Amino acid sequence: MSAADISAEPVRRPFTGRRVRFGDLLLQALAGGAALGATVLVGLIVWKLIDGAHPALSKYGLGFVTRIAWNPVVGHELYGAGSFLFGTVITSFFALLVATPLAIGVALFLSELAPRVVQAPVTALVETLAAVPSVLVGLWGILVLGPALRTHIEPWLHSGLGWIPLFGTPSAAGASVFTAIIVLAIMILPIVSSISRELFLGVPSELKEGALALGTTRWEMVRGVVLPYSRGGIAAALILGLGRAMGEAIAVTQVIGGGVFIHWNLFGTGDTLGSKIAASYQGASTNLQSASLIYLGLILLVLSLAANIVAQWIVRRVSRQHGVTRGGHA
Amino acid sequence: MTEHVLRVEGLARRRRVNHLMESLAWLAAVIAIAILAIVVWSVARKGWSELNLDLLTKSPIPFSLTNAPQGLSNAFAGTLVIVGVATLMALPVGILVAVYLNEFAPPSIRTGVGLVLDVLAGVPAIVVGIFVFVLLVAGSGQSGLKGAFALAILMLPFVARTTIEVLALVPNALREASLGLGIPQWRTTLSIVLPRAAGGILTGTVLAVARVAGETAPLLFTSSLVGNQTSWNPAHALQTIPVAIFELSESPDPKDHARAWAAGFILLLFILCASLTARWLATRNARKIAGR
Repeated sequence: MSAADISAEPVRRPFTGRRVRFGDLLLQALAGGAALGATVLVGLIVWKLIDGAHPALSKYGLGFVTRIAWNPVVGHELYGAGSFLFGTVITSFFALLVATPLAIGVALFLSELAPRVVQAPVTALVETLAAVPSVLVGLWGILVLGPALRTHIEPWLHSGLGWIPLFGTPSAAGASVFTAIIVLAIMILPIVSSISRELFLGVPSELKEGALALGTTRWEMVRGVVLPYSRGGIAAALILGLGRAMGEAIAVTQVIGGGVFIHWNLFGTGDTLGSKIAASYQGASTNLQSASLIYLGLILLVLSLAANIVAQWIVRRVSRQHGVTRGGHA
Repeated sequence: MTEHVLRVEGLARRRRVNHLMESLAWLAAVIAIAILAIVVWSVARKGWSELNLDLLTKSPIPFSLTNAPQGLSNAFAGTLVIVGVATLMALPVGILVAVYLNEFAPPSIRTGVGLVLDVLAGVPAIVVGIFVFVLLVAGSGQSGLKGAFALAILMLPFVARTTIEVLALVPNALREASLGLGIPQWRTTLSIVLPRAAGGILTGTVLAVARVAGETAPLLFTSSLVGNQTSWNPAHALQTIPVAIFELSESPDPKDHARAWAAGFILLLFILCASLTARWLATRNARKIAGR
């Protein structure tokens, strides 16, 4: 059959060189349109947030960012992001402080120490932690972790280290900034550790073997070769983790308790930009209030975009320095 | 003391430091796995005992003072509809973006749009929710479709990224062989390259679905003000499992907590199974696609 088909073709197509085919044009236009759409989407997000925040932007200007106020009572309305910005910075900074040594430790374990049999399963388990939805981490945080911290850890830290303002009187309510910090640390741990692990595995083995051949111990090799070599990448991983911690809203809302004030007591309640927005989802009473909430979102967007872009920039610079092309991570 | 003894003492100290640091790294790994175990164990233990068929078939009863059985059927229906619609929105666009970047775009545009995808992936979920609120919800109200749009925005960079990685694995010899036979590029892409990559794209999609099925933040402002009736119509605001858990967790009633744990258990089970299967498939696929 097929042989007959071929011989039955009488006319030979003339060779015309580069022909513009309609199908090619169509697919390229569709695919290019999709890529253009994704790019426009980012611009649209920024524009729409500015647009939605406009009433608050024009009324308060940049003073909004640092003002500590959130009074929705009609006639006395006054809004500001100060306390939420403070809460965001405090929670994400301390979460990073808790998560970093742990994440680097896990990454070093997986890349340098782990026996081959446990390497793959432990890597999978740590990355599974990243798949747990934030609302479940929050549910666990408010019903299990929060009460445990309040009855055991917080009084203990308060009695021992109470002279440090950070470890003040535990709040009577179950919620606290401290719980939010632990919850955030749990959420950024797998991100930082999986990026760091890839960085450590990317350190050229001749450098590592060279150090070991000079008689260093394994730790001295890590400190002298692995860590300096991946310094830039670790910085990028930490900034990505920080961006993630700043942007997390749900789990923090569930455990942090709320409040419009600035204090250094980690055992008191507080609010972050994300948690204030999420807690107000059932509706704002006035236009100005909803514009102010969108303004909070705009600040959050600027912070996380800045973190993201700085991290990308570091990654690109480092990979150019090391002369390796960045492999993607699934 | 002689020089020799000093050096040996130094070695002993160095060994001790090394030992300490190695132990700390082991400890870190143990802590990380313990955290996962504790979280999963808490959800499983509290969720398992509350698990029953009423959860899937019965609607919630607001302010119920009786012990009449209630469930979250509206949330399960809503999650199915919203995640399904979001996948239908994000998947074709994500694949097209990846096809453009991998098969058509010049290198400069590829890096540029790649950066855009990274930036999009870095936008916090709650900000995506507010964006869709300002763009579509303000003035006209919430709906399941708008919630699905918000989830699709979160899925898009994820689907595009994984598809780009999979397309890059397809050997160039295949494309060249096809083009060399005079097959136009669009046919080559649709009939040769994409089918070869289909397994990997499916894996990426499963991972993306597993990720957004647990998202709460984008839905708070787009599909959360809902009734208790089970509805499959995406034109109305639909309840979802994550939003239901979020609301129930803030309730003072232990009966509500019980339902939150049970729904959370089902959600977690789904997400863990999906991501572990996808991970297992991914390693198999990568080998098959590259033809090794």
